[in-house]
Amino acid sequence: MSVLLIAEHNNKEVKPFTLNAITAGSQIDQDLHVLVIGNKADEVSKSIAQVPNVKKVIQIDHEIYENYLPENFSPVIIKQAENYSHIVCSANTFGKNLMPRVAALLDTSQVSDIIKVISPDTFLRPIYAGNAFATVKSTDKKKCVTIRPTSFDPAATSGGSAEIIKAEASDATTLTKFIKREEVKSDRPELGTARVVISGGRGMQSGDNFKLITAIADKLNAAIGASRAAVDAGYITNDHQVGQTGKVVVPDLYIAVGISGAIQHLAGMKESKVIVAINKDGEAPIFSVADYGLEADLFEALPQFLEELNKLNTIQK
Amino acid sequence: MKILVAVKRVIDYNVQIRVKEDGTGVVTDNVKMSTNPPDDNAVEEAVKIKEAGKAKEIVAVTVGEDKAQETVRKALAVGADRGIHVKVEGTIEPLAVSKVLQKIVDKEKPDLVFMGKQAIDDDCNQTGQMLAALLNWPQATFASKIEVKDKSLEVTREVDEGLETIEVNIPAIVTCDLRLNEPRYASLPNIMKAKKKPIEQINASDLGVDTGQRIQQIKVEEPPKRKAGIKVANVEELVQKLKNEAKVI
Repeated sequence: MSVLLIAEHNNKEVKPFTLNAITAGSQIDQDLHVLVIGNKADEVSKSIAQVPNVKKVIQIDHEIYENYLPENFSPVIIKQAENYSHIVCSANTFGKNLMPRVAALLDTSQVSDIIKVISPDTFLRPIYAGNAFATVKSTDKKKCVTIRPTSFDPAATSGGSAEIIKAEASDATTLTKFIKREEVKSDRPELGTARVVISGGRGMQSGDNFKLITAIADKLNAAIGASRAAVDAGYITNDHQVGQTGKVVVPDLYIAVGISGAIQHLAGMKESKVIVAINKDGEAPIFSVADYGLEADLFEALPQFLEELNKLNTIQK
Repeated sequence: MKILVAVKRVIDYNVQIRVKEDGTGVVTDNVKMSTNPPDDNAVEEAVKIKEAGKAKEIVAVTVGEDKAQETVRKALAVGADRGIHVKVEGTIEPLAVSKVLQKIVDKEKPDLVFMGKQAIDDDCNQTGQMLAALLNWPQATFASKIEVKDKSLEVTREVDEGLETIEVNIPAIVTCDLRLNEPRYASLPNIMKAKKKPIEQINASDLGVDTGQRIQQIKVEEPPKRKAGIKVANVEELVQKLKNEAKVI
């Protein structure tokens, strides 16, 4: 039994969730190999080889892999999969797009978005937006599993020295063409891995009002999140959405501002360690998951909040 | 052009989910059921493409128990031309659904297949990608914008980093995000008309697809509950609690 993990990266750096997936993968089996498919991704392979949990790195390099199209990735993964009992990757948009294509080609019923490894064939996963947890056992010979990264700690990044071997590329797809990626560049911590997240909802009333949130995020070195309502209304871009169909976050501190707390939003944040809710509707469901609820008009509360933070001598970053 | 749209019947998104005491699943008796929300977006997009004169026929398909037909009927009421109900009892996994849909695609020969990106019951997010694999078609997942071109689609996808644009050759599979469009409501006259539109019934077993479960559900339980929090009187108290009690700032 060994595990093949598909690394997510941008050809220069490993994406942080790959490290969380490595932790989960090595809980399935110690013999964990990482497949780096990319274009001139030598640096990625080198840094993954230093992760102590990784026993081997397989690198497949070709320009056709620059933009991680699943139509190009799946044939090489299938070829490599022969020697492995488990194929795993993280359950973010990268893995969600890729893994089912691989699983279907292997005739395997995929186990999505696991939050716990119970045994090599049995996993815990949330269903119904996290309102129920299912323990499931895969009976397929080869198992395809995606991992909810925020449910596992990131693996250590130094101390290992796995061997790096090269494997051959497959033919390029003619079905799909990559055109462009519009990445929202930010100096803030990434939403998925930030220690503090402050999110705004429909109650923000406009995109411009998000500057009240930005000011506090600056002070706390926080990532900025949003409810679907705020994204739908055009207040903020989709990469900020937290929830069942957006991102799942588990920060030490989650501050929900002007968010009513629909179950679809709670699905993305209710595992946070400490939850603060600021809402003028005292009956809003967000208060049912909040450790500290403040029933107040956010347009008064946020400037006061910033003022109080400014009074503190020290703030954890 | 012909568009096949796959729809799934799920517990309505507004229902508070309750786990059965015996741990075998969640309560579905006397619970409101609806079409999986992003499947409504998939139907809407197909109808818009037809209204723009770029598609001739829309076929709505569902795979499930008798009552799953309601979702096809709803699609017919907002503009699908005819329906297919593939009957299967009990739980069916995304891999089996995609094999059933593959058979339907072989029979119907659509140019495009649309469906929601994820079902809100099992939250698997697999079927579209699996169908694309089985057919060896391109996949455009998590679509928030679709532009129909001559022999291809230009699709904007919502990804973790922001937005990505790809071009996929037709035939193609598209899985739809909730932001793709605003699904319309069916008018009463259209609901009446939809009752006369044909729905073909097919038994999954007649398609020669193995729909047996590969994943055993051992148990379903409630997630751990958060301990009750407190309401603070003002911002000053909030900051004090965060600093001195929770120690997170």
